[in-house]
Amino acid sequence: MDGGEGLSAEPASAPGGLRRVRRQVSAGLFRRTWLRATLLLGAPAAWFVLIYLAALVVLFVSAFWRVDEFTGELVHDWTLDNFRTIVEEPTYRTIALRTIGIAAAVTVTDALLALPFAYFAARIAPRRLQSALFVVVLVPLWTSYLVRVYAWRLILAEDGILNWTLGKLGLGSLDVAYSNWAMWIVFSYIWLPFMILPVWLAFERVPASLLEASADLGARGWTSFRRVLLPLVLPGVVAGSIFTFSLTLGDFITPTLVGGAGSDFIGNVVYRSVGIASNVPFAAAFATIPLLVMGLYLLLARRLGAFEAM
Amino acid sequence: MGTTTRLSRIALALWAALIVLFLLFPIALIALYAFNPSNVQSWPLDGLSTKWFSKAFHDEAMREALWPSLRAAFVSTAIALVLGSLAAFAVHRFRFFGRETVSFVILLPLALPGIITGMALNSFFTFGEVDFSLTTIVIGHATFCIVTVYNNVLARMRRTPTSLVEASMDLGADGWQTFRHVTLPMIATALVAGGLLAFALSFDEVIVTTFTAGAQNTLPLWIFGNIRLGQELPLVNVVVLLVIALTLIPVALAQRLTRDTGALRPIARGRAGAGGGGAAAGPVRGGDAVAEEPPGG
Repeated sequence: MDGGEGLSAEPASAPGGLRRVRRQVSAGLFRRTWLRATLLLGAPAAWFVLIYLAALVVLFVSAFWRVDEFTGELVHDWTLDNFRTIVEEPTYRTIALRTIGIAAAVTVTDALLALPFAYFAARIAPRRLQSALFVVVLVPLWTSYLVRVYAWRLILAEDGILNWTLGKLGLGSLDVAYSNWAMWIVFSYIWLPFMILPVWLAFERVPASLLEASADLGARGWTSFRRVLLPLVLPGVVAGSIFTFSLTLGDFITPTLVGGAGSDFIGNVVYRSVGIASNVPFAAAFATIPLLVMGLYLLLARRLGAFEAM
Repeated sequence: MGTTTRLSRIALALWAALIVLFLLFPIALIALYAFNPSNVQSWPLDGLSTKWFSKAFHDEAMREALWPSLRAAFVSTAIALVLGSLAAFAVHRFRFFGRETVSFVILLPLALPGIITGMALNSFFTFGEVDFSLTTIVIGHATFCIVTVYNNVLARMRRTPTSLVEASMDLGADGWQTFRHVTLPMIATALVAGGLLAFALSFDEVIVTTFTAGAQNTLPLWIFGNIRLGQELPLVNVVVLLVIALTLIPVALAQRLTRDTGALRPIARGRAGAGGGGAAAGPVRGGDAVAEEPPGG
């Protein structure tokens, strides 16, 4: 190799020599694209393959292992028992269905909240207001997740500001604290910015000429919205739904902090299986459910063109 | 817009106002609770006071959790800076097999539900008989922080012409000189912005941390534990304000630094036509997000 030969032929003693060596290394590297690419990509690729992808493989494989009931040791023989337990135990089935159901409800809620807002922000608001609205969406996105869940725990509490306000208005009080309703509200709040941003972008990308054409052809505002605008922003909604759905699916903090006694999510079971029962194989098996659901969802989303909308 | 009536515009403006209120109100409220003089977290507050501030900052358990959090955030950021920019350089400069999947794989730890990444690393370390410690936390954090640096640096490089590098080489500079005097100044602010985002992301991560921490405490774990058990809440209120500041300030700085390339501006004007120059809502985990540039065109 040229760079290498340069190194041995010119001992790097004098500053001029060092300079020449550096130049020859540069030139040698410049000619060997693959070498430069390998040097650059080597470390990050090793990190991802040896740690992250390997970890995902171990997760998947360990779902088929078991823990010895007496010794608590990990036993590496192949069994489907973990999956059988998840499918056959009504408790786990209920938890899986609750997790998926609330994730779906949150996704629909966020889409309904985000669509009019994003339409206003992208197509009606003057530019200066647009920038302000953009900051308003970003601030909660970057405020600690834990902090926002805690804020809602205080808001929804029996002696919190929600019931205080309702009391002042003479509307009695709501008993939503520590329930599935609370989880639905909090999740919808927490992930709303993730729905707003791609929908906003999608509205912005629709050329005004299409709407003008629609109006010229006699479509009223609502018809234009439904027949022209909505189909064009749908990929944006699907892109946002990937986040709202996936993030809800994998959560256990919100169910722990604002959910009630019967509000376990898949994440709670996984958390307890690892932390308390030390049953990593069972936790791994249960964690593959969100993985499978997300896999299917991503395939569907790709068909709907969500990846182009991100 | 000619297609919206006056009435529907007013309705939409009202809706937008309500959403703004909905988005900001909880954050404003939690900031107020830091000044709650009472032990009881009920509304209305009986006055405002800063009496819990010094108690919170002198709390032994809090300090013991804060320090590892800062260390983990600094080290993960450093790793993310190195690996993220290396990957960005490789993807920007070269065409190679699997190039398209690099962005996808780098995004994966943040896009997949938090328990997946957490559980995967947990079973990986258990399988490899690695003891959980600050090191395992850092490995987890660095893995999902790489994407912020990668995306920012890549976005910047896509927007700066390669002719500058070629000119430098033509004028006789070697690879190192070109890097030092041309490339580095070009990407410097993108690096800083990516690093700040990585720091913010790591500093308040809780889900992956839970699965990789073992007995090691971090500030988010301290907050989570106390809220769950309903203890030390006056201190939690103060610390929570500190956490908001420690994450929002780096993000605001990152936003300023990348105003030109818009690393934090998912919706950038005038570039929508140029190969999807806008960007995505960052994926998130544990409630955190990166608003980043997706690979353009």
